[in-house]
Amino acid sequence: MSKQIKVALIGNPNTGKTSVFNALTGLKQKVGNYPGVTVDKKEGICKLSRGVKAYILDLPGTYSLNASSVDENVVIELLLNKNDKDFPDVAVVVTDVENLKRNLLLFTQIKDLKIPTILVINMSDVMSRKGISLDIPALEAQLQTKIALVSTRKNKGIALLKSLIEDYKSLAITACIDTSSIDSAYFERLQKAFPNQDVYKLWLVITQDVNFGTVARRTLDVSKFQTKSITELKRLQQKEAIKRYQFINGVLKVGQVIDRTKAKDLRSKLDRVLTHKVGGYFIFFAILLLIFQAIYDWATVPMDLIDTTFASLAEWIKKALPNGGMLTDLLAEGIVSGIGGVVIFIPQIAFLFLFISILEESGYMSRVVFLMDRIMRRFGISGKSVVPLISGTACAIPAVMATRNIENWKERLITILVIPFTTCAARLPVYLIIIALVIPEGHFLGFNYQALTLMLLYLIGFAMAILSAYVLDRVMKTERKTFFVVEMPNYKFPLLKNVAITVIEKTKTFVLEAGKIILAISIILWVMASFGPGEKFNNAEAIVSQESPDILEVDLQDKIAAYRLEHSYIGIVGKTIEPLIKPLGYDWKIGIGLVASFAAREVFVGTLATIYSVGSASENEGIDTIKTKMSNERYSDGSKVFTFASGISLLLFYAFAMQCMSTLAIVKRETKSWKWPIIQLFSMSIIAYLFALVAFQILK
Amino acid sequence: MGLTIADLNKGERGIITDSSSKDIPLKLLEMGCLPGNEVKLLQVAPFSDPLYLNINDSFLAIRKETAALILIDRVDE
Repeated sequence: MSKQIKVALIGNPNTGKTSVFNALTGLKQKVGNYPGVTVDKKEGICKLSRGVKAYILDLPGTYSLNASSVDENVVIELLLNKNDKDFPDVAVVVTDVENLKRNLLLFTQIKDLKIPTILVINMSDVMSRKGISLDIPALEAQLQTKIALVSTRKNKGIALLKSLIEDYKSLAITACIDTSSIDSAYFERLQKAFPNQDVYKLWLVITQDVNFGTVARRTLDVSKFQTKSITELKRLQQKEAIKRYQFINGVLKVGQVIDRTKAKDLRSKLDRVLTHKVGGYFIFFAILLLIFQAIYDWATVPMDLIDTTFASLAEWIKKALPNGGMLTDLLAEGIVSGIGGVVIFIPQIAFLFLFISILEESGYMSRVVFLMDRIMRRFGISGKSVVPLISGTACAIPAVMATRNIENWKERLITILVIPFTTCAARLPVYLIIIALVIPEGHFLGFNYQALTLMLLYLIGFAMAILSAYVLDRVMKTERKTFFVVEMPNYKFPLLKNVAITVIEKTKTFVLEAGKIILAISIILWVMASFGPGEKFNNAEAIVSQESPDILEVDLQDKIAAYRLEHSYIGIVGKTIEPLIKPLGYDWKIGIGLVASFAAREVFVGTLATIYSVGSASENEGIDTIKTKMSNERYSDGSKVFTFASGISLLLFYAFAMQCMSTLAIVKRETKSWKWPIIQLFSMSIIAYLFALVAFQILK
Repeated sequence: MGLTIADLNKGERGIITDSSSKDIPLKLLEMGCLPGNEVKLLQVAPFSDPLYLNINDSFLAIRKETAALILIDRVDE
């Protein structure tokens, strides 16, 4: 017996497939990519008895084997290709007990591919509440499979599922339906043309082209066999669907009884409120406001803690390690303050992911799609674009990937192009520190001024996104074939485990990915700030003491450090671009931050931290936190660098500028051309510059 | 053209008689939008589009333009 079993988890969206995956694998999972496409590939290991391991592959959710999106296509590609290294020994089809009829359609298709298939009926805990009773032995006999009745919420049925996986060899591999009966003459000819192939598989390959254009990793060439028009094929597909439902209805007549009088109708009660024509929007905005309030107010406690911890860590390093050594400086001023600049935002990013995953898990997001579709359509995108745009508030990268379930290419492209305008988590560090510097404390109607400013920035980003979508929609003239079918899932209380895993995974990825870049840039910046060309940098001490001989010792040290920074390599870069950014209200130090930010926005705060701690030589007061340093920063004439005007200008610049190499890379991958990311980079940066310019000139 | 889903009022039911228009996405058919199945209009979004339906026990939202392609017989309560 093989010691490894390859298992593919397949199921419709909203059946709790991910919960089953989490229950089987725990935290032993990793996310990768399918070759050639950017669909997330989630794998995990599940230990069965006697040392047998099951490799579980969580395939993207799909309604059927007829793909209408890139995500769904991955499932078909895999199941049609027996030589794929991930081709499963056994398929586990996850269904929702409340949607058994519809969910079984996919099950019959998988079964017809003659892959050993186990049926999981999930969410069994709601059965009595919904008046559903099932005759499992009868269903097993009808469907010729083994069934695991599972409740991931109550942690029931997982052990049974594991033992069924282990015994997969005893599963019957018989088809449910004879598809060829929908047009026997046609299927006979098809079989004759490819005598060695399974006829249902051939049929799937042929119809794939009708629905979804290209099958990229094609193993079977059927292009020569075209004896039916697309309309005829579509008609046959409808016949096939009818046939499948006839079979399913027959099965459920024997195996399922629903007593609707017992069903408690939570859905319609909640829908009446949440999708209400006026109230629905009110609730949606109230939820958004709550999220921002949480990010701003509730996250401050852990953030202050992290802030002081890192400040004292840097101080401790300075004391503990040999004084004045290069390495000590690099560690305390470059690395620790750089890392501190990232770690401090973990609480806020975690809060954001927490809310987004709760909204997804509970089924509320689909109601948002429903509410927003008509409005979004005016701007050339659909209700489906709302979820990616909202996810964009966490990070543009997953958001761009989340556009994959928008079937219409133009809508999808527009959504991808405007996503970077929504306020991602990486902007948050910049916003927070600038807001703290230039927006006064105080309350308005119980809401913090600073929180309101933050909310306003999110709204500006969102408004800019849909405005650009509108422009793009007018500019791009393509034939428009819209396609909008959205499932409205049942309301569910979010599973703590699922939410926790999402929050941990996403936050970890964000911090590690951003952390790597920030650390590298911190070191580069430190080096560039610690060295410089020529006399002015190397003889700073002599030059400064000559220029101002009567100065106090402490002030002298400060002056020397500042003079040195000004003539270091980084100072030269900042000075070079200063004429360009002066009209926006920035000095050359901010300029350095801007330059560094073009790799990734979140670098800004870390960069300023590095620059300012390099710039201040006075050690007696210990290491200041970045905020105090920034608010004390002054021009040579004594006026503050961070004023209301320059702060607002900076906020607007960061709101609109395209400053994320990772996003550009992902847009290139998703659109398969450099054209779109380059357009994005230039148009967004120009918009940012103009807005910042106008804002500063008006406010100053 | 006869009565379609787009003609239903909120809360009304119908039985699908024809859903063979080539502009109806296959996905919708696979969700149970097939002749003989019941459809109920549950909710209408602001600006009367999209429509929130229960078709063959599946809950889904489609746009009015798609709904107008699906022929039905009204079921009187």
